[in-house]
Amino acid sequence: MAEELFEIEESVPVNTVESFLRMERMPHIWCPGCGIGTTVNCFAHALETSGLDLQKVSVVSGIGCTGRVAGYINLDSFHTTHGRAIPFATGLKLANPELKVIVYSGDGDLTAIGGNHFIHAARRNVDMTVILINNFTYGMTGGQVAPTTPLSATASTTPYGNYEQSFNLPYLAESCGAVYVARWTAFHVRHLTKAIKEALAKKGFSFVEVLAPCPTLYSRRNKIGDGLDQMIYYKDNSEIRNGADTKTIPLEFQGKIVVGKFVDKERPTYLDAMNEFYQQKLGEDYIPYKG
Amino acid sequence: MATTEQKKAPEQKKGIGSLVITVERCKGCGFCIEFCPTEALKFSEQYNAKGYHPPVLVSQELCNGCNICGLLCPDFAIYGFINRKKKQ
Repeated sequence: MAEELFEIEESVPVNTVESFLRMERMPHIWCPGCGIGTTVNCFAHALETSGLDLQKVSVVSGIGCTGRVAGYINLDSFHTTHGRAIPFATGLKLANPELKVIVYSGDGDLTAIGGNHFIHAARRNVDMTVILINNFTYGMTGGQVAPTTPLSATASTTPYGNYEQSFNLPYLAESCGAVYVARWTAFHVRHLTKAIKEALAKKGFSFVEVLAPCPTLYSRRNKIGDGLDQMIYYKDNSEIRNGADTKTIPLEFQGKIVVGKFVDKERPTYLDAMNEFYQQKLGEDYIPYKG
Repeated sequence: MATTEQKKAPEQKKGIGSLVITVERCKGCGFCIEFCPTEALKFSEQYNAKGYHPPVLVSQELCNGCNICGLLCPDFAIYGFINRKKKQ
C-alpha cells in the first residue's frame, strides 16, 4: 500500500524559487556559507504563497552584498545608490500607491548611510516592507565596523575590537513607529518565510531583521568558524520570544539571540493620514490622492 | 565524475520524497547536510568543477521531501519534493 502511494513521479517538478530569479546571472557572487541566498529562498517562498500580483511588486536594494538581491530577483527591481533604497522606495510608493514596494538591503546600507531615511520612513509609516539582512559588518568593502557590529567584535577598522555601542534594530524600528517588527536568523527558514509573508500582508512600515552569517569577513576575522558554524550557533543560542519588549533584546557578541515577532499593531499610513487630514481641513474641496 | 546537468537522485528504493541536486551550482557550505531532519544527506566524495564536494543522498528511503534543504541552500542548488502517485 505504502509503495503504491509514494511511487516516484515521472516528471520532476521544477524548483519554484527559480521562477523568481534571473537564472542567467547564476552562480551569484555570494561566498560559500553566506546566508543571504538562504534569505532569498525564504523571500521567494513567501512571495509565492502571499498571493500578491507579481506585476505590482517591486524590489529596491541599496549597495552591498545584500544589495545584489535586486539584480537577482526576477521582478521589477532597482539597485539604487548607497543608502538611498528607502527614499527611492518611498518615491515609488507615492507615485504609484498600487505597488507593493519591498526594500531588501543590508545593515550598513539601511542603518548607517541610510539611517536617517530609515527612521523617517518608519515615523511616517510609509507603506513598505523592509527586509534587513544583518551580517554585522560591511561585507563587500572589506569588513569595516558597522553600526550593528557588536561590542568587542573585531573588524578591519577596529583591530583590537569594537568599542562603539551597536544598534538594537527592532528597538529602533519600534520606537520610530514601525507597525510590524520581527527578528529571525538565516537558520529559522520556516519562521522567516512566515514572517516575510506577514510583513508583506501588513499595511504600513513593516520591518524584518534577519541575522545572516558572513563567513569571509565577520566570522573568520573573529575566529568563530565558517558559515556553517555560525548557523549551528544560531540554532543553539536562539530563543523564540514573541511579543518581547524590544528594549530588552540587544545583540551581544556571541551572546544569546532573542528572535520572534515583537510588534504587530495598526497605525494610519502616510498616504491615508494625509488624505484624512486634508479631508478634515478642506472638506469636499479636497480630492483624495490615489496616485 | 559529477555531471553538469540536473539529475535526479538515484532511485534505489521508493521513498516519500525525492531530491534534485544541481551539482555545478553547489559551493559546499554543508547547510543541507547539517540541518536535514532525517540526516539523509552526506558530502559526495566527488568534486564539482569549482572543486567543492556537493551533497549526495545517503539513501533514497530517508528523504521525506520536506524541502528544508531547498530553503536553506544559499546557492539554489538543491530542492526536495514529495512524490505523488503516478497517474495511470
